[in-house]
Amino acid sequence: MNRYQLDARNLLCPMPVIRTQNRMCELHAGDVLEVHCTDPGALQDIPAWCRISGHDVLDSRIQDGDVIVIIRAGGPAGPQ
Amino acid sequence: MNQARKAVALISGGLDSLLAARLMLDQGIHVEGINFYTGFCVEGHTHAIRDRRRAKPRRNNALWAAEQLGIRLHMIEVVEEYKAVVINPKHGYGANLNPCLDCKGFMVGKAHGWMETHGFDFIITGEVIGQRPMSQRRDTMPVVARESGAFDRLLRPLCAQLLAPTLPEREGWIDRNKLLALNGRNRKPQIALAESYGFRDYAQPAGGCCFLTDANYSNKLSDLWATRGDKHYELDDIMLLKVGRHMRPRPNFKLIVGREEGENKYLSGYRNRFVHMAATSHHGPLALVEGQPTEADIELAARLTARFGQGRHADKVTVEVTDPRGGSRLLEVAPLPSNEIPSNWYL
Repeated sequence: MNRYQLDARNLLCPMPVIRTQNRMCELHAGDVLEVHCTDPGALQDIPAWCRISGHDVLDSRIQDGDVIVIIRAGGPAGPQ
Repeated sequence: MNQARKAVALISGGLDSLLAARLMLDQGIHVEGINFYTGFCVEGHTHAIRDRRRAKPRRNNALWAAEQLGIRLHMIEVVEEYKAVVINPKHGYGANLNPCLDCKGFMVGKAHGWMETHGFDFIITGEVIGQRPMSQRRDTMPVVARESGAFDRLLRPLCAQLLAPTLPEREGWIDRNKLLALNGRNRKPQIALAESYGFRDYAQPAGGCCFLTDANYSNKLSDLWATRGDKHYELDDIMLLKVGRHMRPRPNFKLIVGREEGENKYLSGYRNRFVHMAATSHHGPLALVEGQPTEADIELAARLTARFGQGRHADKVTVEVTDPRGGSRLLEVAPLPSNEIPSNWYL
């Protein structure tokens, strides 16, 4: 299991979701991705994308103005 | 019927594409959604600059629809490729700067490429004959099928019975009798169908899912192209057109004034690219100045900025003017009375 970070700050919805999706496609099951965003919509959208894509959201919160979502890859996210 | 058949559904987040996908799921088809981000999507706007005080958080409706359907959604950014569609549409524009027919052909074409790459069998859309004046007409629907390269692998489940049978119907992958014959702009059949499926709280944006169908937005884009002298744009340009009150008091500069806290916050992300200003003596908006303003223009912009803040009735308002590098100065100005603002300054 590896842990990665994705800087999706200053991107507007839906780009944080798209960047997250594209990065998750490169990971293996069990890998963890920590996504940092500034668009508050990411707090709902990234977990929604995870739910339909078979990934687990380990944590989602706002910290120092950033939205942080921590995801554990549940398997291949499928083709982009 | 072969349950292994796979369809890729164009999911906009609206009701029609939701229903079209659901009809295919009902027939045992494996459906995955695809959603394209062009930069003009209403979806892309709402989250980014929403006012956080709203009681009900907004959502990405395409994701919401996919979750209701229980399908995967593949979100694809097409901002650069899409420029050619907007700038030079083969079939022209609709009532505003909406190149709907070219747009639909582009998106179905992209979905067709995705379908072939990933081993899917056909494409579905939520189109309904007669629902849109440009792209969803009996005579233009075949244009989309042909120019996208999808041909008879493009199925419109909501109105399929009014169209020639497509490959999935002819091959028996799906039962044509279970497809629909919706026609026209009446939304009642879709609303009833949604009710029968238990879909509630679905999105019904009045102007569709694209800002280019909006007259005000199109006016601002026309102004952008006219002042630049050609029809190019970058993503930041078209995002900024969605935000704030846009005013062009002089040909050489434009003022973008935030209308609420969410917009002020969003505009603040552009402070390092524009001269910007905000009142310091009163609460008020952040304003960006785009163009090549003279000193007199800066003063006029400051008076306008003061006019949209809480100091609008004050004799004097102190406005801090900051250049993109961070150098700032204070101007003391009289807010411009509303009766001195010609209506044609508003874009």
